[in-house]
Amino acid sequence: MAALLEVRNLCKSFGGVAATDGVDLDVLTGELHAIIGPNGAGKTTLITQLSGAQKPDSGRIRFKGHGITRMPAYTRAKAGITRSFQITSLVLDMSVLDNVALAVQAHDGHSFRFLKPARKIAHIRDTARDWLQQVGLGDRVDAPTSELSHGEHRLMEIAIALASGAELMLLDEPMAGLGPDESARMVTFLKGIKGTKTILLIEHDMDAVFALADRISVLVYGKIIATGTPDEIRANADVRHAYLGEE
Amino acid sequence: MDYGLLFIQTLNGLQLGLLLFLVASGLTLVFGILDFVNLAHGSLYMLGAFICASLTYLTGNFLIAVVLALPATGALGYLLERFLVRSLYTRDHLDHVLATFGLILVLDTLTHLIWGPAGIAIPLPDWLDGQVEVLSGVVVPTFRLLIIAVGLATAAGLFWLVNYTRLGMLIRAGASNRTMVAALGIDIQTLFALVFALGAMLAGLAGMLVAPITEASIGMGNNIIITAFVVIIVGGIGSMKGAFVGALLIGLIDTLGRSFIDDLFKLFVESNTAETAGPAVSGMLIYILMAAILAVRPQGLFPPKVR
Amino acid sequence: MIGFGKSSWVTLAIMAILLVLPMVFYWNGNTFYLSLATRLTILAIAAVSLNLVLGYGGLISFGHAAYIGFGAYAVGIPTYHVFYGGAEGIATTNGLFQFGVAVGISALFALITGAISLRTKGVYFIMITMAFAQMAYYMFLSIEEYGGDDGLVIEVRSKLPLVDLDNPMELFVLSYVSLVVAMLMVRTIIHSRFGMVLQGAKGNNERMVTLGYNSYLYRLVAFTISGAMCGFAGALMGNFSSFISPEMMAWSRSGELMFMVILGGTATTLGPVLGSAVFIVVEEFMSSYTVYWHLPFGLMLIGIVLFVRGGLMGLLVGKGR
Repeated sequence: MAALLEVRNLCKSFGGVAATDGVDLDVLTGELHAIIGPNGAGKTTLITQLSGAQKPDSGRIRFKGHGITRMPAYTRAKAGITRSFQITSLVLDMSVLDNVALAVQAHDGHSFRFLKPARKIAHIRDTARDWLQQVGLGDRVDAPTSELSHGEHRLMEIAIALASGAELMLLDEPMAGLGPDESARMVTFLKGIKGTKTILLIEHDMDAVFALADRISVLVYGKIIATGTPDEIRANADVRHAYLGEE
Repeated sequence: MDYGLLFIQTLNGLQLGLLLFLVASGLTLVFGILDFVNLAHGSLYMLGAFICASLTYLTGNFLIAVVLALPATGALGYLLERFLVRSLYTRDHLDHVLATFGLILVLDTLTHLIWGPAGIAIPLPDWLDGQVEVLSGVVVPTFRLLIIAVGLATAAGLFWLVNYTRLGMLIRAGASNRTMVAALGIDIQTLFALVFALGAMLAGLAGMLVAPITEASIGMGNNIIITAFVVIIVGGIGSMKGAFVGALLIGLIDTLGRSFIDDLFKLFVESNTAETAGPAVSGMLIYILMAAILAVRPQGLFPPKVR
Repeated sequence: MIGFGKSSWVTLAIMAILLVLPMVFYWNGNTFYLSLATRLTILAIAAVSLNLVLGYGGLISFGHAAYIGFGAYAVGIPTYHVFYGGAEGIATTNGLFQFGVAVGISALFALITGAISLRTKGVYFIMITMAFAQMAYYMFLSIEEYGGDDGLVIEVRSKLPLVDLDNPMELFVLSYVSLVVAMLMVRTIIHSRFGMVLQGAKGNNERMVTLGYNSYLYRLVAFTISGAMCGFAGALMGNFSSFISPEMMAWSRSGELMFMVILGGTATTLGPVLGSAVFIVVEEFMSSYTVYWHLPFGLMLIGIVLFVRGGLMGLLVGKGR
């Protein structure tokens, strides 16, 4: 299988502390690839460099065979990479549907269109509504985003990532702060979309990771110490030592 | 080129730069530490001048008046913080701007009510009123040298205060971590009020120093405040070093630009055009400089590390 | 906002009053109120244009008075050359040319200064827009030919087809129609796809960038449109006052414009108009009583910031920022 995303020797440090220290990573088309690692291992820093919010100090990133290392965030998004945020990042003063519609609109040609009311463009609104239906927020479409619960916000993040039409979804702890029931719902949902999208998942919830992932990479102090199937990772001595042993 | 004139204009530029630094340092302290945008900072500059004017006539001596006017301006700043500014910390910058915009109207009008509409000249003691020959054939007003000396001394004092004192440490800590300072049991409200008062004193001092040259007049603060903004934008908002470098840069470029840009233009275009374009361009020079610096460094020359 | 809610009815009612009341006064021989209403209407156009960036874009521009100045000088300078010679290329009283230049120059200034200012954010943006406006102020201040700080008298008003601007009623109607058009334009823009992106970037810029929007460009376009609209208001203002001076561009003027928007209620269609109306009427009322009117006025401004959230529209229809 071809690698959709190739990361080679990626480095990024903050004031002398290496947050990403020579990361090599291949995310294959269609797989659900999870990244696990203890707190402070540099998982979110890695995601921000992949999404383009931060620039790496050195190393390169290729997406679909093209170098994107220096590409600004919005161009990467257009090229087909989207991310969800660990700390919910939504437009709170807009409605739920507006938020998702903006994601649909983003890959529906440019938005320098000044005349037609955006809320009356049927195909955008319908598509957005479908995505919300899929994540189980079908009855909340017209609510102001600020009125939704934390769990619903997490689902919105997923709906937006899906609606943006990206081939590669970078999901930064989608289960963060969810209760057991909500987490289970999220796992079921991610299982459902697995295979239709390439997903790079960062997650602390080990049950979820081992239930979902095709492959897992373990990030410790900015380095990938192992990559493999869930069974391989479970059996890996280094991982047991560096990570699972501490639990 | 007339080197005597160049020397004098450089001194003038330095003087303007140091006055700007006094205003800008207070602005940058208040923004850096209190995260508060104070448009009315120029009004404190004006009030310093007026208070000093009254005290000069009361005491008969300009220097005594300055010594008395400084704590008076500081107290005024303290009261402003206590009764208005404090309730705005939780608001956004837009609210700061609007409220202090209203405050300018209030303070300007109060000044008008108290001191009348006309400007007030401040007489200098004889020994300050003369001129000194600093180089052969180059005479400079004594008072301008005093302004430069006071400006440099204040700058040195501020660097010492911010970098080597307990208050300075608190100030720097407060800038980077408000909750932490509060958690250490330090009365952050008093700290903030003191910082605001210090800023007021610095602006007031600048007003007192400039008033013997220009008179204390209503609205005098409203011009310098924008230039002070340009200074801290260029220097990096919240940075003391940036305020100093920015102030000298702006002071020198503005002064030298106004006196020499005509000549400079005449090298390239005919003199008529130069005389028309010269003043227009020299007035815009510092803004062009600001734009150029921002194009390269959107956070200014010395962006603060935190925030 | 869509359909006919409470705020739409309030908007229609107040716009109707703004149209009819000055006319009634005028036909009863009281010309003063028509003049007041004209000034108010012109400033309302400027406030509406500012609201596009300030209210819907979250971009706190503290330099919009500059565009009023550009617009007014775009009327004054060509007219000056008709009377005093020089600059044959632009010497004209043709209103279409003058208004065109007003809009064009303002758009250009907004484009250039916006391109630099929008690279920054927060308080930097406030101060930079302020400084650029001050730059324009000093520029006109130092051009002796056009009067410097003494200002410039506009000898004759713009010659336009259909309307005669020397007739106060026609000038008012033109201003009023322009205001309505400006309101509809902003309303159309903010409901469009472009407007959704602009508002999205106000609410959460990081999210918009992650979705693939180059929000810088969208903001720059909005800023340019806003500047152009404000320049149009400036051309009307030049015709209304028949006199221009750099003072029209001073930063306190920009502050007043901002206040009109906040006072009325940001990100509402009527807010800026309501804000301008109340601002101008209160200013007129207070200043006729005492020369010290800035004192109560300033206190009022502070009080509004402290206690009136969401502006007058918030009070009227219970919807604010």
